[in-house]
Amino acid sequence: MSSSINTVCKNLKRCCVPALAIVICASVWALWAQAQEVALRAPSGAVAGTTASIGTSGGGSATFYLAGPAIAVKRDVQLGQDISLSPKDLQSAGRYVAIVCAPECTSVVFFVVPSKPSRLTFLVHPSRAPVSLNDVISGVAIPFDEFQNMVIAPLNIQFQLAAKGSAPTSRNVQTKDGAAWFRTNSGKAAGAMQVIASLKDVTAKRVVQQVASDPCSLRIKGQPTAKGILVETEPVRDCSGNPVPDGTIVTFTAKNGNQTSFVDAPVKQDVARATLLVKGSVVVSAASGVAMGNELRLNGKE
Amino acid sequence: MKRTLPIVILLVVVTAVLLFVGLTGGRMSGPVGVASGAALPGFSASASTPEQALNNFLLDVQRRNWDRAFAGIERTSDTLNEQAFIQEWIGSNGGLRAFSNLERFDTRPLHATASDADMRVRLHWTTPVGPVENVRDFHLTHRGDSWRVVWDEKPAPNVPAQIVPVNYLRWDLVSGSAGEDWGSHNVDAPKVRIVSMNAIDSAQGAIVMGEVVNEDTIPAFVNVNATLVDGSGSALDDESSFDKILHVLLPKQVTPYRIDFPKVSLAKVKNVRMDVKATLVPASSDPVIGVMNQKLETDAQGHPVLHGELLNESGQVVNIPHVIASFYDNNGKVVWVSDGYVERALMPQATEAFAVELPQSLAGKVQNFHVVVNQYSLQKS
Repeated sequence: MSSSINTVCKNLKRCCVPALAIVICASVWALWAQAQEVALRAPSGAVAGTTASIGTSGGGSATFYLAGPAIAVKRDVQLGQDISLSPKDLQSAGRYVAIVCAPECTSVVFFVVPSKPSRLTFLVHPSRAPVSLNDVISGVAIPFDEFQNMVIAPLNIQFQLAAKGSAPTSRNVQTKDGAAWFRTNSGKAAGAMQVIASLKDVTAKRVVQQVASDPCSLRIKGQPTAKGILVETEPVRDCSGNPVPDGTIVTFTAKNGNQTSFVDAPVKQDVARATLLVKGSVVVSAASGVAMGNELRLNGKE
Repeated sequence: MKRTLPIVILLVVVTAVLLFVGLTGGRMSGPVGVASGAALPGFSASASTPEQALNNFLLDVQRRNWDRAFAGIERTSDTLNEQAFIQEWIGSNGGLRAFSNLERFDTRPLHATASDADMRVRLHWTTPVGPVENVRDFHLTHRGDSWRVVWDEKPAPNVPAQIVPVNYLRWDLVSGSAGEDWGSHNVDAPKVRIVSMNAIDSAQGAIVMGEVVNEDTIPAFVNVNATLVDGSGSALDDESSFDKILHVLLPKQVTPYRIDFPKVSLAKVKNVRMDVKATLVPASSDPVIGVMNQKLETDAQGHPVLHGELLNESGQVVNIPHVIASFYDNNGKVVWVSDGYVERALMPQATEAFAVELPQSLAGKVQNFHVVVNQYSLQKS
């Protein structure tokens, strides 16, 4: 087509006034170029993982480029026909640029939104929380679609909390910029607290271990044995009455004049016990964390 | 050829003379306790002085010439056999002594008469945990025409065969599979806290010390790092507590820590940055080791020393017990942390003595102390 216009223009310059020929030729070239510009129509409301099409105008073959958050595609297309995009092309939500070159390039920008939520990422902190503390447990839920796109449209997420010794509670929180969160106090009783985040049929479950706080008071008792003295605590509990976790260290100290004996004994089934190899009259005390126990005056082996 | 033969003969004669002088007379004039110029089998004469007798004995021990060493001692009891004598020197049950070598020794006379003598020996051992020094007193007696070392060391008591029920706790660590959801198995690191820190200057450099507590309900593997910062804000040096800390801390357990900065003066330090790292580890509360009958005393050399006994309350052999002691002033401030390895293995239900030193300058300040015991067991490593 362009070679035909060139031939006609050369003939016009030879037979007619050259200036007139130039004006006529320029007008013809402009009309031809206008006729060659391709129009692209972006898909509206494209959803991740679904098909979409881009409309084109004009005629002839062209090269099509698609650049997205996680994809780059190049293929030959026929102008005047819709360019179809497969679900695989549009798996990532975000901004896409479609370009058609024939040979002049034309582009269009469109957005792909996440599909429906299929998974909840749910982070709960801490994994262990001492009892009777305010705002110590927090959780955040972030919905994602099946293609790992974060769903940023507002959604209602329900948080359910169930712990031993207290009635289950729930609260609905709307996501903001893709996230919903809560804060809550720990309960009075030690044990597992189950925390569930749900969004329609999608749920995520986490467990927070509520553990006893520091020992509240220590009471010890002891008796002489063949080796020395055997000392043991009464059941060690925190100020809410929960038994302290097994393994908690209780330090027994026996003083006899300027001699001192220590044993770091772990609590086992609520009680810590130790044998102290001491002679004569001794004063025995115990401590665990910030708690101090009573003092005992005992006689070890002579 | 005519010229070289006399030279060769001369060299052989000179070498033979020097060898003879070195092997027979060298020890007499050598410094006390130095192993050089030592006795070789067949060359050592009977000891005519207590120093010579002790030197001969210790050289035999150093060279593990047990038959000769045992034959040369004066036994106070017939119950002592050669096997027990050897075990006293080379250790047993995987104790630290079993991995040690007597590198050298220095002897010093304490008291001597025509028939008896007392000698003090400083034994220098090389061990996997660094050089270890022992001070030991020997009694010597004159028998016939020679001096002999009196060996009155009682053999270590045998642990009777027994069954010790062990029902202590153990914590195992289960890590979730990688394919699971993000955040579905997040177990927080244990919560530990530095409860005290004190920085002092010493002859060897700056020392940062204090105590760390595990505030959590699970065991923690703990390490403390310190960075010394100068006036311009740049780091002078950074070090970790290395082995001067009880690394595995059970819930509510307190450990001393000590970080040495050799050749750094505290005068240059503007700030100390502390960093405590805690990680989850599998752990066991067994063995429980009691620290009995501790007493601050002055040893034979005039140094203040904390003495005591370790009692293994479990049924497991503790191969290398490691004692770490923190010393407090009357305000409860940690003024010193020192440590020491016990050379003999701590047998089940048995006791073993320990001692850790305290600087002379701090002896008057110390009002209280606390000892923790690190344990290394071959079964676990």
